[in-house]
Amino acid sequence: MQNSDFAVEATGLVKTFGSTRAVDGIDLQIPRGRVFGVLGPNGAGKTTMLKMLATLIPIDGGRASILGVDVASRPHEVRQLVGVTGQYAAVDDNLTGRENLILFGRLLGLPRKRAAAIAEELLASFGLTEAATKLTREYSGGMRRRLDLAASLISRPPLIFLDEPTTGLDPRTRGQMWDTIRQLVRDGATVLLTTQYLDEADQLADRIAVIDRGKKVAEGTPDELKAGVGNSTLHLRLEDRARASEAAGLVARVLGREPALTPEAGGLSIALPDANRAADVLIALRQARINITTANVRQPTLDEVFLALTGAPTETQIKEVA
Amino acid sequence: MATLLPAEAVVPRVLHARPSVHDVVSQTLAMAWRSLLKMRRNPEQFFDVTIQPLLFTAMFTYIFGGAVAGSTAEYLPIIIPGILAQTTLTACMATGIQLREDMDKGVFDRFKSLPIARIAPLAGPALADLLRYAIAATLTIVVGIVMGYRPGGGLGGVIAAWFLVVFAGWSLAWVFTWLGTIARSAQAVQGISMMIMFPLTFLSNAFVPTQTMPGWLQTFVEINPVTQVIQAVRDLMNDGMFTAHVGWAVLGCSAITAIFAPLAVRSYSRKM
Repeated sequence: MQNSDFAVEATGLVKTFGSTRAVDGIDLQIPRGRVFGVLGPNGAGKTTMLKMLATLIPIDGGRASILGVDVASRPHEVRQLVGVTGQYAAVDDNLTGRENLILFGRLLGLPRKRAAAIAEELLASFGLTEAATKLTREYSGGMRRRLDLAASLISRPPLIFLDEPTTGLDPRTRGQMWDTIRQLVRDGATVLLTTQYLDEADQLADRIAVIDRGKKVAEGTPDELKAGVGNSTLHLRLEDRARASEAAGLVARVLGREPALTPEAGGLSIALPDANRAADVLIALRQARINITTANVRQPTLDEVFLALTGAPTETQIKEVA
Repeated sequence: MATLLPAEAVVPRVLHARPSVHDVVSQTLAMAWRSLLKMRRNPEQFFDVTIQPLLFTAMFTYIFGGAVAGSTAEYLPIIIPGILAQTTLTACMATGIQLREDMDKGVFDRFKSLPIARIAPLAGPALADLLRYAIAATLTIVVGIVMGYRPGGGLGGVIAAWFLVVFAGWSLAWVFTWLGTIARSAQAVQGISMMIMFPLTFLSNAFVPTQTMPGWLQTFVEINPVTQVIQAVRDLMNDGMFTAHVGWAVLGCSAITAIFAPLAVRSYSRKM
C-alpha cells in the first residue's frame, strides 16, 4: 500500500462527453514531494483530468493510481489520500468558517473535541480566526479560497490537488496562496496544481505538463520547456504594423523558420537557435527598410513556450492586448 | 510560514476499503447537524410545517365538516388523521427539492471528494427533517384538540399515530430524495413532486368517505398507500387499536424505504 514512488501515475487517461474527448489519452507520472503543474488554457481538460484522479467523475479510458492505489477500483481509499481544492470554493455558504471546518472534521471521523481543535489551528494558520463566526457567504473571494484549502488539509493528505487556486484573486492574495503552496511542499506533501497562468507554473512547479484540447503537448521542467523553444528569443515591434507579414517572411528566409506574430499589433517573437543570430535578423530588416521601435533578446517566457507548442496565444496574452 | 501539515501527513497510513457502520452513523449525524444549522439560519423552511397545519385544519374542517359529516365536531375524527397524513407528506416533498438545490452548490463537490459513505449526504438531511415532520404532526393534533377533537384512542393511540405519521413522512421522503438525485433542477423536482402528491393525497380517504366515488376510483383509493396510512392513523387515534391497516401502513412504508433509499444512493453515486 502506498509503496509507489509516484504520487500520481496515469496512462492513457480518457474522458468523453458526448462526442468530444475532453481528456484524450493523457499519461502522467508525478514524483512525490514536488509541485507538478498542469498548464493549459480554459477548456483544455485540466479540471476534467483532476476530477477523474480525485474520483469525482468516472474514468472512461486508461488507468490511474494515486500513491499506488488504483483510482477506478478503490475510490474510497484514494479519497483518504487526496485533498481537493476546486476552482470554486467548496464550502457551505450557510455555515460559519468554523462550522465548516468542524463539519468536515466530523465527516472525516474526528472526535468532536479534536475536530474543534483542528478547526481552530487551521483558522489561525490561514488568518481566518477573526472571521471564524461569520457565515462564509459573507467571505471575500480570497477568504473563501483560504477556507477551502484549509478544509482540504483537515485529513492531512499526502497529496493535494489544487485546481486553479489563484484564478480571480488579487495579486497580494495570490502571493499569499503561493507562499502557502510552497509551505505545503516543505511539509512533505505532493501538490498537483492546474493553472492557466504561466508565471504561476513557472514560479511554483518543479515540473510542468502543457495540456491543450485534452492532449499533453509537452512536459518538462520550466527550463527544459523554455529551452525547447530556442535558447533565446528576439522580440521586435515594428513601426509600421502593416508590414508585419513582410517582416515575418524576411525572418523566415534568414533563419529558415517562421517567427510567431504576437497578438500585440506589429509584434514579432522570433525563436533563435543562438543569440548571435539576432544581428542577422536586424541587418536584414534594416536592408529592407523595415523600421523597428523596440528590440530585445531574452530567454523565452512560458507564454512563448505555449505559443510555440500549441500555435495559439494563451488567454492571458489575449487579455493583455485587449 | 508555520507548518501547515504535521509529519504524519507524509507517512503511510492505514487505508480503509469502505466505511464501517460506525462511520456511516457518525457521518450521517454530522450531515444532520449541518441540516439543523441550516434550518436555524433559514426559518422560512418551517413555514410549510407550521402555517399549513394551522390553516388547512381550520379551513377543511369548517368548509367540509357540515356537508360531509353533518357537523364540524363529527368531522374532526375523520379530517384530523387525513390532514395529519397530508401535511406530513407535503412536508417531505421539500426534502427532495432542498437536496436538489443543495447538490448544485460547491460544497457537494467536497462531500464527494471526502472518504465518506455515499448515503451520508442523503441520510443526514432525511434525519434532520424528522424534526419538521414532528412539528407538522404535533401542530395538527394540537389544532384539532383546540377545535374540539377528542381522540377516542386516548394518549397512547395519539402517540402511536404520531409515530406512524412521522415514520411515513420519513419513508416517503426517500421517494423525493431519489427524485432530487435524478432531476435536472429544483423546479423539476417541485413539479414532479406536486404531480405525485396531489393524486396521492386527494385520491384517498383523507377528506371524504369513499362510498360515493365511482367504482374504478374506489379501487385506486383502496390500493393508495396514503389511504392505508390514514386508515391506520384513524384506527389508532379514534379507537386505540392496532388494526391490520397499521400493519399494512408500516409494511408499505418500510417497503418504500427499502426500494427508494438504495435507488437514491445509486443515482447520487452515479452523478459524480
